[in-house]
Amino acid sequence: MATPRTTSESKQASVDGATAKLKLPDKDTSRELLRTMATIRRFEEEAGRQYQKAKAGGFLHLAIGEEATIVGTTSVMRPDDYLIGTYRTHGHAIARGVDPKRVMAELFGRVDGTSGGRGGSMHIFDLEHRFMGGYGIVGGTLPLAAGLALSSDYKGEDTVTVCMFGDGASNTGNFGETMNLSALWKLPVVFLVENNLYGMGTSLERHSAVTDLSKKAEGYGVPGVRVDGMDVLAVREVVAEHIRLAREEHKPTLVEAFTYRYRGHSAADPEVYREKAEVEEWQQKDPVETFATRLIEEGVMSPDEVEEIREEAERTVMEAVEFADASPEPELDSLYDHLYVVGEQVPGWYAVDERSPDTHPGESERDAGRRAQELAERGAAYAGPGAPGRHEEEGQSDPEIPPGGRE
Amino acid sequence: MGTVRMREALRDAMAEEMRSDENVFVMGEDVGVFQGAFKVTEGLLDEFGEKRVRDTPISENSIVGVGVGAAMGGLRPVVEIMTVNFALLAMDMIVNHAAAIPYMFGGQVRVPMVVRMPGGGGHQLGPTHSHSLEAMFVQIPGLLVACPSTPADGKGLLKTAIRDDNPVIFIEHESLYGARGEVPDDPDRVLEFGDAAIRREGSDVTIVGILRMVETAEQAAKTLAAEHGVEAEVIDPRTLRPLDLDTILDSVRKTNRAVIVEEGWPHGGVGANLAALIQEQAFDHLDAPVQRVTGADVPMPYSKRLEQAAIPHAEHIVSAALASLEGAR
Repeated sequence: MATPRTTSESKQASVDGATAKLKLPDKDTSRELLRTMATIRRFEEEAGRQYQKAKAGGFLHLAIGEEATIVGTTSVMRPDDYLIGTYRTHGHAIARGVDPKRVMAELFGRVDGTSGGRGGSMHIFDLEHRFMGGYGIVGGTLPLAAGLALSSDYKGEDTVTVCMFGDGASNTGNFGETMNLSALWKLPVVFLVENNLYGMGTSLERHSAVTDLSKKAEGYGVPGVRVDGMDVLAVREVVAEHIRLAREEHKPTLVEAFTYRYRGHSAADPEVYREKAEVEEWQQKDPVETFATRLIEEGVMSPDEVEEIREEAERTVMEAVEFADASPEPELDSLYDHLYVVGEQVPGWYAVDERSPDTHPGESERDAGRRAQELAERGAAYAGPGAPGRHEEEGQSDPEIPPGGRE
Repeated sequence: MGTVRMREALRDAMAEEMRSDENVFVMGEDVGVFQGAFKVTEGLLDEFGEKRVRDTPISENSIVGVGVGAAMGGLRPVVEIMTVNFALLAMDMIVNHAAAIPYMFGGQVRVPMVVRMPGGGGHQLGPTHSHSLEAMFVQIPGLLVACPSTPADGKGLLKTAIRDDNPVIFIEHESLYGARGEVPDDPDRVLEFGDAAIRREGSDVTIVGILRMVETAEQAAKTLAAEHGVEAEVIDPRTLRPLDLDTILDSVRKTNRAVIVEEGWPHGGVGANLAALIQEQAFDHLDAPVQRVTGADVPMPYSKRLEQAAIPHAEHIVSAALASLEGAR
C-alpha cells in the first residue's frame, strides 16, 4: 500500500479492497442511511441544475458519488459532536440535520440561507447542528478542528470533533502542523480525508509522494486506516471506532475514505484530466444504488419502499428550491451586519467611522443602500465566474449540463 | 497605583482576566516553561498550570487556527506570536478565518480571540524580526487593532481585548517592554477601544504617533517648544480599529496642521490612511499639507547605523512640524 500507484491502481485497490459485506443495521437505521444519501444525491443534482439557471452564483462543488463517506460518518456522530468540512459540504450539512431548504437558500444567496446569503455554497454553517462550517481555504479547517477539540477537552466535555477534508489538503502545511499538535495535546479529534483521487484536476499520484494517505500522518503521531468510502456500512464501522478512540482514549486518528466525485471539481471544470471510462467504472459501485439494491435483495425494504424514499427526496429537494426562490435577497442596509459585535452601534461603525456618514460608502444605514448597490452593480460588470448573464447564456444551449461537464 | 514595566502590566492584565474567567487561556511558542521570549508571560505557568498556559510547537498558522477553533468552541484564547513578522505565517488564519468567520456565517458564531505580537525596530534584529505591520492588520475588516504605548494603556487595553467578542490584533513594541509607568491597581479598570489619548496639549500643530513613536513625538514637542516656540499637541490613538478620529479632527481643526508618525513603511501605511481621513473630513481646516514621518521604505537593516537611519527620530518630527508651519510664523 505504501508504494506509489497510478490512479487506476489506486482505484483498483479500493474496488478490490472491499472487506466482506458488513451486516446491515436495523431497518430504521438502514432506511435513514438510504434516505439521507438519496436526499443528498438529489439535492446535489438539483443544485447543479439551479446553478445552470443562474439561481446560484460563484463556484459550485458537488459531492455526487461521495454520499456514503458523508453519511457513514455523520450517522455515527452524536448531536453534540462537531463536524467541520470543506467547500464541498452541502451534503455534510444536510446529513447533520440542517434543513435542505436553508442550504439551498444559501446557494441562492438569500436571507433564509444558513449564513443569510453571506457565505454561499462554499461556506455553509449551522451552529445549532454543530456543523461548524464549510470553508474555501484548502487545509484551513485542520487547525480549527483541533481548536474545537481543544475547547471540548478544556471544558471537560466528551464531545468529539470530526474534520473532513480532501486529499489535496494533505499537502498543506496545516496538515503536518495540526497532526503534530493534535497528537501532542491528545485532542479528541478524528481527521477524515475524503480521498476522491484528485486535488482539483491534479491526480493523487501527481500531487502526493505518499499515495497511501492513511500513512501520511503517522510520522506526526497520528495513525491512520483506509476504508472503502463507497460503502456506507464500512465507513460507519470504521469511523465509529475512531470516534470512540477520540472520545474515550483521546487518541486522534486519520481515516482515509476512498471515494470518488462523479462531477467535476466545480461546475466550471472541463475534466480534461480523467477518462470518462474511469468515472463510469466508479459509478458501477455507486454508494446509493448499491445500498438500495442490497436492502431490496436482503428483504429489508421492498422496491416500493425504496421508490418512496426517492420520491420523498425529490419532494424535499423541490420544496427546498421553492423555498429558496421565495426567500428575499438580503437588504442592502444589512451589508455591514455581523462584521463586529458592536452592541447598539450602527452597523459598519468600525468599518471606517460612524462620524463620516456622507464621505464613505455604506457608512450610515441611510447611505449604505444606494452606495452598496452602485458598488454591487459595478462589481458585477467585472466578475468572471458567477457573473449574472454568463449562466443564462451558456445555460440556454443545454441547461442539463454544467459548463464543461460531460457526464 | 504602582510603577511597573510594560511587560509586567501586560502580564498582570492576562493574569487578572484568567483569574476572573476560567475560559481565558494563553498559548504560544515558549510562553510557559521559557516564560515568554520577551518575558511577558513570566509567572503565568506557575500560577495557572499547563492547561491554561500552553507551550506550542513552532506552527504559527496552526497556533492561531487552534485559537480560532477554540474561540468558536466558547473559549477566550490569548495567542502570543513571538514577533510580528512571524504573524505573516498565520495570515491565512487571521484574515481568511478569524476576521471572516463571524461575517460569512451570518453572525452565528464569534471569534473572541486576542493575538498578541511585538514589533518594531531598534534591537538590530534585522529584516525578519523588526517590522511594523500595523497597517496590514488595520486594513482587514473584522479585526480590531490595538497598539499601546504606555504600561497603563497596555494593561487597560489588553483587558478590554480579552473581554471583547471580536478578534483583536494586539501589537506591542519590543523597545517598550522595559518602559516604566504608573498603572492603577484596580483589576476592574479597563480602557475602552476607540478612545485616543492627548499626551500633550498644544495649539500650533497636531502630531499623531503610535507605539514607540508617541514617546518620540513627545520629545519632538519639547524641542519644538524650547527651540522654536511651537506648541505641539501630541495624540496617541491607542487603537487603530476602532479609530477615535474625532479627537484627531478636533485637534486638527484647532491647530490646522497635522504630522503623523509611525515606524512602519510609508506606502499604504497608518499615516497614509490617517492623512486621507483628515483631508477628507477637515480639508477646510488645513493650512498645510499633512506631513508623514515613517520608517524608511526598506526591509529593516541589521547594521546599527543603518537601522537607526531607518527609524524615525525626534529631529525628523521637528522638521516635519516646522515644514507644516512654514510661512505661518
